[in-house]
Amino acid sequence: MAATPPPNPAQNAARDPDVADRLAELRGPIPARHHDARTIAALTANPGCARRSVLDAAGVDKRALAERIGFGPRFGQSPFAISRGNAFEKLVKSDGGVTLLRLLCDELGLEVQEAAQNPDAKPALGDQWVDLGAGEREDRYRRTRDLVAASAREPGTGPVLADHPMLRLEVGGRAAYVEPDLVAFRARPRVPGTEVHAYGVTESAAEPAAPWRWYLAEIKSFAMIDGRADPVKVAEAATQSAVYVLAFQALLSGLGLPPGLVATDVVLVCPKDFSNAPTAALVDVRRQLAAVRRQLDRLPRIGTLLDGLDSGLSFDLSTDEDGEPLQGAAQLGKAVAAIEARYAPECISRCDMAFYCRDEARATGSTEVLGRSIRDALGGVAAMRDVLALSGREDCGSDAERGVRVEVDVDTDIDIDGAVNRDLDFAEAARLLSVARRARLEALAEAELRHREREAAA
Amino acid sequence: MNTLAALARVEAFAAEQAVALATVRHVHLAPHPLVLVPILLAGEAAAPLAALVGTDRADPQLLVVRQPRDRDQRFAFLADLARIVVGYIEGRRGETELVEATRNHEEWERHLDAPQLIVPNCGGIDALRLLGRSARFRSSQGPYPVDPLVPILGRYLTWFAEDRAPTAGSSVCLALTDVLGSHWATGQSALEDQHLAALLAWIVPQHFAPPDGRHLTGAQAAALTEDPARWPSAGPATDPEFDTEILSPLVTALQRAAGDPAAERRAEDGLRAALRDRLAPTWNLMWQGIDLLAGLPEAGHDSHRWMVDRGRFTDFARAIDEGAAPQPRREGAVAAAKRLADLESAQESYDKQRALDDPLILAGYRVTGEAFAGSVVAVDAERQDTTGRTPKPRPHVWLRTADPVVLRKGTKVACAQRPNQRPVIVDVKRDGEEYIVELELVDGMGRRAIPEEGSVPGAGEYRCYSTVLAAERFPPPPLPELAATPWTHGGPPAAYTPTGADHDEEWH
Repeated sequence: MAATPPPNPAQNAARDPDVADRLAELRGPIPARHHDARTIAALTANPGCARRSVLDAAGVDKRALAERIGFGPRFGQSPFAISRGNAFEKLVKSDGGVTLLRLLCDELGLEVQEAAQNPDAKPALGDQWVDLGAGEREDRYRRTRDLVAASAREPGTGPVLADHPMLRLEVGGRAAYVEPDLVAFRARPRVPGTEVHAYGVTESAAEPAAPWRWYLAEIKSFAMIDGRADPVKVAEAATQSAVYVLAFQALLSGLGLPPGLVATDVVLVCPKDFSNAPTAALVDVRRQLAAVRRQLDRLPRIGTLLDGLDSGLSFDLSTDEDGEPLQGAAQLGKAVAAIEARYAPECISRCDMAFYCRDEARATGSTEVLGRSIRDALGGVAAMRDVLALSGREDCGSDAERGVRVEVDVDTDIDIDGAVNRDLDFAEAARLLSVARRARLEALAEAELRHREREAAA
Repeated sequence: MNTLAALARVEAFAAEQAVALATVRHVHLAPHPLVLVPILLAGEAAAPLAALVGTDRADPQLLVVRQPRDRDQRFAFLADLARIVVGYIEGRRGETELVEATRNHEEWERHLDAPQLIVPNCGGIDALRLLGRSARFRSSQGPYPVDPLVPILGRYLTWFAEDRAPTAGSSVCLALTDVLGSHWATGQSALEDQHLAALLAWIVPQHFAPPDGRHLTGAQAAALTEDPARWPSAGPATDPEFDTEILSPLVTALQRAAGDPAAERRAEDGLRAALRDRLAPTWNLMWQGIDLLAGLPEAGHDSHRWMVDRGRFTDFARAIDEGAAPQPRREGAVAAAKRLADLESAQESYDKQRALDDPLILAGYRVTGEAFAGSVVAVDAERQDTTGRTPKPRPHVWLRTADPVVLRKGTKVACAQRPNQRPVIVDVKRDGEEYIVELELVDGMGRRAIPEEGSVPGAGEYRCYSTVLAAERFPPPPLPELAATPWTHGGPPAAYTPTGADHDEEWH
């Protein structure tokens, strides 16, 4: 029997029978897609996209859906990158934690309970390292939980490092299992102010007697060269780690322990410079933690998005006995188009649906195609033909030519609809664009003149 | 991204063809640039896999590493690359010119030429930076000796990628997509512009036309370039599909062939052929891009900026000759502050020079409120300031503009016609939808009691005045000597002494 999950208000909301039924209906009679840390982390990207929110909440396999409607995603991982990642993780863990403990103590200035720094303690390390990697997910989760409970009951006993722990997180009312690389039990900053962060040395919040905490570690194979790693990759790792921290907090609250017992600084282990030797840095994931938590809390409130949809809508990807899909590509495409998307060029590397959304944005001539910063520079005007009309060009087929107000979308990430004066935005966009067009035409004429002068001189 | 450039993208989208963002070429093009397409192995920090390099478009050299994870092969690759790159650099160090002594600098010799490295994209520059970092601390002695040229290459690559490439206006190390993207606006996002093939497809779709001679629009050509089999990524990373389907079996075949010379040669030939196929489309695109740039008229400040590049090159090459230490892993506080000030001042003068050379760049400032343009409607050329002992000419000029003027009274502006004259805005009045700006001329009129001929704009003349053109440059604040770096900034930096870790860095 599965362990009872901890009570969680978000989960109760998700069990709102109407919303849950509606989501199941959208997905059709196939099992919901399992979430993992990567897909949960992806929820924080582009939170304003209704299409992605609904598909994710319903547990629809977006990759399969995109392939069915003819817009299969193209991103993948190189086999070289995968084997390098696996080899590095194996190397780091190959000595039963000796290297890892040394990194925690020497490079991060952490004090690990149990005198692991003592070379004489080496033979005993076997007792301090536990591998939770074997068995079913639910079983592994239970063992992880028991270990945490035991360690909380009797601090200072039991293993110091746990490999392959399994944690659980409620995502939209369903349990998702997430797997951090490592958990270090009970460590604390040794000397205040000596924590080393990936972004450079920062001041530690630690008081002389810092409380003991659990630290989560993530092993990544991108290099940290001269103490600096690729910021994009660090940010990705931080969001993923935030999912683990959140899951660990849920585990602690489930055991009646304060969630503050898990550190919000995660240990990032990377290869040092161009070698294979590991180095470590602490990454503060509080910001990412807040973002992930906010997105997970939002999932059950998907109801408002569902209210606006047709009742017959379905993303059913199932097939009949002969393997024929129940819904054709056209039908599925129509269903996808019924939910509004918020495309941005960055989606291409993140979301399975991106190629479909890009095609749609191009077909409708949306300024989203050009990217968010360009859309902002255009005064937030949503349609290309409206941009051209506002700039003073004629015959662009825009409503703006007839003096009709067009859609201006300024910073929709903030829901302050009432405070935004749409007319003002419109006038501002029109003014900007007409100056831009006039300046451009005049400049081109002047350049032409200069060009002719140059030719005459030559 | 200013609104003018953003609007250009919308126009490009509507026209399905790239539109101009510049009317002259704002980078220098050397007669013989060294084109370099580096490819690194996925998942590794700086494991070179291959490079296509050369100054002759018809005859690029292909360098390949058979096993990128093998340390010796990596440095053998870097030694080969060093022979080409350092050889090319040495070839630029022929004749010199004499630079006369100034107050701050004694007489010196400056090379008449400088190297120019062109890579496909900013990822290529990053690859140079990583290769430079992995090579510059190596030594030809010690437990892992490398070719003596390798550390020299490392220093040069670091200079190209970390010193010159980020400096605005320098043309010694260019990323082609960045350069093309600053001269043309496409109807796609900046992210998609990073793909060299897609960017060029918007600018010259005719080069991408299918064999049947069908006419393609820029948008259609760009859609074709999304097929990675036909238009592979320009690196430094290869497409995952290529890694899975082509590269991985070839590397395995090479490993399996170990010990059998004939099989080994066959496998190596297979690998070289696959990588050459992979890099050849990018190589051709590189030269198409260079040709496109060469077709633009040279900017007015081009020779001045290239002179600065030549001077920096002369200095750096001499420092290498004199056995200077490799660039540090991290710069000290004083060096970093100085570098930041240098970068800022380079950016400022590059912005100003581009606005002077190119009306389209200057027009961008009209949208941001940093410039206004219009016709001179009235001139009081006789006006004088009589408050002092001798009367000074202080003509007033009234200019009518349709641009919304947000500049305050007292702001100094300048125009491209007389960049050294910096009038002051005295008054701004609204006139219906337009503005009347009153300017007072205070300098650039000669030393006489009446202004020199032609120094005061006449009625009816069209002028564009901008604050950017009037920007004054102040000398950077004095920085302490290295030895006097305060303790707040880490104290004086330690002098470079090669340590064991530099050349026998632990590897596998």
